[in-house]
Amino acid sequence: MSIDVRKLTHIYMPNTPFESVAIKDIDWTINDGEFWGLIGHTGSGKSTLIQHLNGLLKPTSGEIIIDGKNIHGKDVSLKSIRQKVGLVFQYPEHQLFEETVAQDVAFGPKNMGLAEEEVSKRVKEALELVGLSYEEVKDKSPFELSGGQMRRVAIAGVLAMKPEVLVLDEPTAGLDPRGRDEILQEIVDLKQKQNLTVILVSHSMEDIAKIVDKLAVMYKGRMVCQGNPREIFQDYESLVEMGLGIPQVTELMIKLKGRGKDVSSDILTVEEAREEILKKIRGKGLA
Amino acid sequence: MREITIGQYIPGNSIVHRLDPRTKIILTLAYMILLFALNNFYGYIFPAAFLILATLLSRIPVRYLVKGLKPLVLIIALTFVLNSFMVKGRVIYELGPLDITYEGLSQGAFMAIRLILLITGTSILTLTTSPIALTDGIERLLSPFRKIGVPAHELAMMMTIALRFIPTLLEETDKIMKAQMARGADFESGNLINRAKNMVPLLVPLFISAFRRADDLAMAMEARCYRGGENRTRLKELKMTSLDIATYAVFVLFAIGGIASRFM
Repeated sequence: MSIDVRKLTHIYMPNTPFESVAIKDIDWTINDGEFWGLIGHTGSGKSTLIQHLNGLLKPTSGEIIIDGKNIHGKDVSLKSIRQKVGLVFQYPEHQLFEETVAQDVAFGPKNMGLAEEEVSKRVKEALELVGLSYEEVKDKSPFELSGGQMRRVAIAGVLAMKPEVLVLDEPTAGLDPRGRDEILQEIVDLKQKQNLTVILVSHSMEDIAKIVDKLAVMYKGRMVCQGNPREIFQDYESLVEMGLGIPQVTELMIKLKGRGKDVSSDILTVEEAREEILKKIRGKGLA
Repeated sequence: MREITIGQYIPGNSIVHRLDPRTKIILTLAYMILLFALNNFYGYIFPAAFLILATLLSRIPVRYLVKGLKPLVLIIALTFVLNSFMVKGRVIYELGPLDITYEGLSQGAFMAIRLILLITGTSILTLTTSPIALTDGIERLLSPFRKIGVPAHELAMMMTIALRFIPTLLEETDKIMKAQMARGADFESGNLINRAKNMVPLLVPLFISAFRRADDLAMAMEARCYRGGENRTRLKELKMTSLDIATYAVFVLFAIGGIASRFM
């Protein structure tokens, strides 16, 4: 399933003194099975953009084409679009409301009108997918869980609808470093296991640079560049200007290179950097 | 949800915006009393002229004032219709058992104009005064009554906090609604009972978040040693200027004109 965003513009509260242009002329194509990172400073329009992908917001101008059809066309049901494009909001644990975890996760599938059996099967699957034990949590109140667990339940609530595209808005916000790494690792696993298309929204390069395949960078409501993270990082000065920065280790390698050391700056993780530096040092030693 | 305009403040720097909030509150009250003191159509010229003057000076787009009237159109229409039928006098038109009279029409129009002037006049107050300034003004105006046990500061504080959280809660509602819609929730269709049931996924998280916010705020206030109104000083003292005095004077002129029209 592919999503095509064409010339998308959204203006909040048009024709009032509070009018503001949130996003402008966005062009973006998401192909089946891709792992995208959508990055930008607070207020750059990331959240506005992703709320268009499942039709929660209607574009002021431009269109969103999913599988060849404009989602605001007459013959497209938004309900089915929302099932196909699962959207996990920022702080999703704030949307929990049911008496038990199982009931809360079942909310989405039930709204799809699935049979009781299928619903409970999906609830079980979804909870296991996010690393929770179904038997342990199903009858608990979502409000007695820890913050990280609540967030997992909320993510499971979207997964239970079996979306083909999963969009996560700042899934690591407010978590401690360990919780953050765990959630990110789970998203990577999830993508591989379920063969999902994933869009990960974040303002932290450090978080997403090493796990995504493609990166889209937003600045002041516009999409300024998209492509392979390694290529995008090479122009790190303009990223810094946008208040984004790049992973510290990539910055280190670029600076080493700038000082005339013969190293590759095409590096995203500490391990890669270690390999590269050791290779050069040994190379010199032998020579 | 973001488009709600009742009690909305439009930032600006016009003469009306710069008036002391106390002046605006007192004059709005006086303006309302004046409206009720008038007994013929000619009298309306004076408050209407004052209103037009205030609108021009405030540079508020007229469509905001019209927007404020919209929710009350029904009440205004009803007032007009009921008065037209109920007042006895010279019959103009017979509609079954009901008579439309000349006096009724005139009385109805009189009431409708009064309501329109009342609503537009008060919206000038809220459109040009920020909620914080408004509660500050109310607090100061109420403070003489502290001696007889009116908790002026506490009341103003509660109002400030409540007003402060209206946009936050609206935003929160919008966000939770969208999150549940992303999970297939439907807030628009179905009969009344179903719709009420469908609100549960919205209301439960909303209440939880309101209590969490209240809790956080209370904690933050205590951490900064907040305690009631006794001997509190403020960052921005309200000050009456010559502008306020001039405004009172202008209003008094209009009011005298209005009262004089009673005896014409």
